[in-house]
Formats: sequence, structure tokens, C-alpha cells
Amino acid sequence: MSIWEYANPKKFIATTTPLVPWVLGVAIACLVVGLFWGFFLTPDDFRQGSTVKIIYLHVPAALMAINAWFMMLLASLVWLVRRHHVSALAARAAAPVGIVMTLIALITGAIWGQPMWGTWWAWDPRLTSFLILFLFYLGYIALWEAIEDPDTAADLTSVLCIVGSVFAVLSRYAVNFWNQGLHQGTSVPVATGERTISDVFFVPLVICMVGFGLLFLALVMVRTQTEIRVRRMRALEMRMRS
Amino acid sequence: MIALLRRDLTLAVRAGGGFGLGLAFFLIVVVLVPFGVGPEAAVLSRIAPGILWVAALLAALLSLDRIFALDFEDGTLPLLATSPLPLEGVTLIKGIAHWITTGLPLTLAAPALGFLLNLEMSAYVWLLASLALGTPALSMIGTFGAALTVGLRRGGLLMSLLVLPLYVPTLIFGAEAVRRGALGLDATTPLLMLAGITLGSFALLPFAASSALRVNLR
Repeated sequence: MSIWEYANPKKFIATTTPLVPWVLGVAIACLVVGLFWGFFLTPDDFRQGSTVKIIYLHVPAALMAINAWFMMLLASLVWLVRRHHVSALAARAAAPVGIVMTLIALITGAIWGQPMWGTWWAWDPRLTSFLILFLFYLGYIALWEAIEDPDTAADLTSVLCIVGSVFAVLSRYAVNFWNQGLHQGTSVPVATGERTISDVFFVPLVICMVGFGLLFLALVMVRTQTEIRVRRMRALEMRMRS
Repeated sequence: MIALLRRDLTLAVRAGGGFGLGLAFFLIVVVLVPFGVGPEAAVLSRIAPGILWVAALLAALLSLDRIFALDFEDGTLPLLATSPLPLEGVTLIKGIAHWITTGLPLTLAAPALGFLLNLEMSAYVWLLASLALGTPALSMIGTFGAALTVGLRRGGLLMSLLVLPLYVPTLIFGAEAVRRGALGLDATTPLLMLAGITLGSFALLPFAASSALRVNLR
């Protein structure tokens, strides 16, 4: 019994199919509770007013945008080392979800920034690195779409994902060096454990983060299943034609 | 390896096109910018470092798809892959050859174009230094992008989508060095970072590029 058992597509589908409704259900429940709590039951911030409430969409989306790339990096490494097709397909399945998360973070940030900073967009390190992350996602997805042979596509996108990760980190520090920030630091530093956000806002925020994480998981599982079935259908078609 | 380098250089010079084209493109972009932003000397001298770097970057991008495409079409690339020379060495040489045919002429031509944009006198040294240190990285990253897309029809557009985000750190440090030079500040920090990026990409990217090539030649 090892985790690699789930690299078998059949086993993967058999295991995830009953899991998806549960994960999706819990995700939706978390999001409904978290967003409702955040939007209607928390007080307005005394300086930011009601605009502070966009944090419940912005922060979890930004969190998942980065974690989706990490997941793709891990899946790519697993594909290159162990050649499990499900792994490559999971990386492919995660990319569009990740790019949507990046977009949500960018757009909600712009909506929040307009009344707060008086501008939709500033060339701030965090904002800029997210835009660059968006471009990396675009390139990755475009490369998947451009190559017809699935194994070649999986190999090349994996290499791109690894090189891209190095350059994404490099860009993050380069951008920091390039311009001073307008964006506030994190309110929930994981390393030090001290937070500058009051419990009233923090509890619904954590619920939203969990909700976004589970939503990502459910979407990736469903999309991976779809990819496996598309692959199967193509194989069947080839067999029927020959 | 030397023989391969010499062959690539001869091909680039004699087959025409790539060698002068990048330089001409560099010149045209720099000439077009004043038409876009207006002829005031103060504005031009302020944006000159960025314009020169972005134009150099685009000019380097222009000739990237020639790195492997010709060899791929006439079957030289599979031969190189099966030759005793390791494929990592081949990609390294290809990157160096690309730099000698585009990066080096761009570096040497940049000061002349700096006059057109009214660049500050104190910035010329830094412009030369930053382009000399930074354009090798552009060539090597571009070799990686070319290796990824070599087997594709219409790969050129896709390659620019893949390569341009990878150029971000190089561009930032390169333009920053020139900007600091223009303001009379110390520019060694961005130059050191630039050298680090170049050395790092020369050390690591040949491996990534040759693994991509092996997949494409499979």
C-alpha cells in the first residue's frame, strides 16, 4: 500500500469520484459561511470602511494562485521522475484554475486599491510579481495547447514549469529591488505566528482560505478525471480507426 | 566544440539575415520611440536606459528561433545529438554563438544609440557594462525557449510568450544599473546581480535546454 497506487488512472478515478461531492460540498459550505460571515457579520474597519471585506476573496485567491503553481511544480517533478500520467494530467488540470485564482486576486486587488490607494494599479512589487505569475501561467497553458503529442507536451511543460519556478522566484526578488512597495505586509505571518489582524476578521478569513483550498482540490480532481477520460476517448477513437 | 562554434558563426555571417537584422531592428525601435513620446530632451534622457534595454531585449528575441530551426529542418540537429559531443555542450555553444552574433553587436552599438536618446554622459560606462554582462543571459534563456519550441509549426510567437517572462529579472537589473549610472549613483549591486543571473543561466540552462531538445528529437 503506497501512495503511488493512485497513479493508476482507474484507481485514481475510482477513489476520487466518491470524494469529489464531499470535498466540493465542504468547500461550498466553507465559502458560504466564511463569505457571509465576513461580508455581513463583521464590523467595518474604522479606517478602511466596508472595503476591507474584499480581503475574504483577495487573500485566499492569492494564496491559492501561488499554491497552485507549487502543486504544478510537484506534479511536474513526479512526472519527470516516475512517469505517472495522472501526475502530468493533474499539473495540466491545475493550471487554468491557478490562472483564474491569479486573475481574481488581481481584480479584487484593483477594486480595493481604487478607493484605498486612489489607483487601480501601481507598479508595486507584490502586484507586479502577480502580473508576472499570470504571464507564466499563460505561457505554460499555451505550451500545453500547442503540442499535439501528449507525452512530449507533458515533458516540455514540466521542464518549463521547473525553469519557470526558478525565474518566478528570481523575478519576485528582482521586483522587490526595483521598486518600493505600496502593498501592506501580510497580516498573518506564518513564520512568527504574530498577527496584526483581530480575531473578528481572522476567523472568517481562515474559513474562506480553507474553502478556497478545498474548492481548488475539488476542481483539480474533476478536471484531472476529465483529462483522463479525454485521453481514453482519443485512444479508443484511434483503435476504431485502425 | 570550437569547430561547432566556428561553423555556427560562419553560417550566421554568410547565410545573411540574422546578423544585421537584429541590429537594424534595434536601431529602428530606438528611432521610433521619440516619435511616440515626443522630442523633449529631458523626457528622452530619463527613459533612455529603459528604452535601450527593452529594444536590445526585443532585438535578441527576434533571432532566437533561428538557433535551432535551421539545424532541425536540414537534419543537423539529430546528428549533433548522436555525436560524441554531449548535447549540453551543443546547447551551450549555440547560446554562445547567438550571443556573439546578436548580443555583442547590440552591446557595441548601444552607446551610439544612446546619443540619439540623449543619455546622460555618466551612464555610458554602465550601459556598456550592463549590456555586456546581461545579453549573454538573454541568449542562454532564449536558447532554452528555442529548444522547447523547436518541433512546433508557428513556434515563434509561442516562444516569445514563453521567453519574455523569463527575461524579467535580467531586464530589471540591467535597466536599473544604467538608470543608477545616469543619476550618478553606485551601480555595482545591480551589475553583480546581473552577472549572477548570467553565470547561473549558463551553468544550469544548458541542461534544461538539452533535455527539452531530447524530448523534441524523440
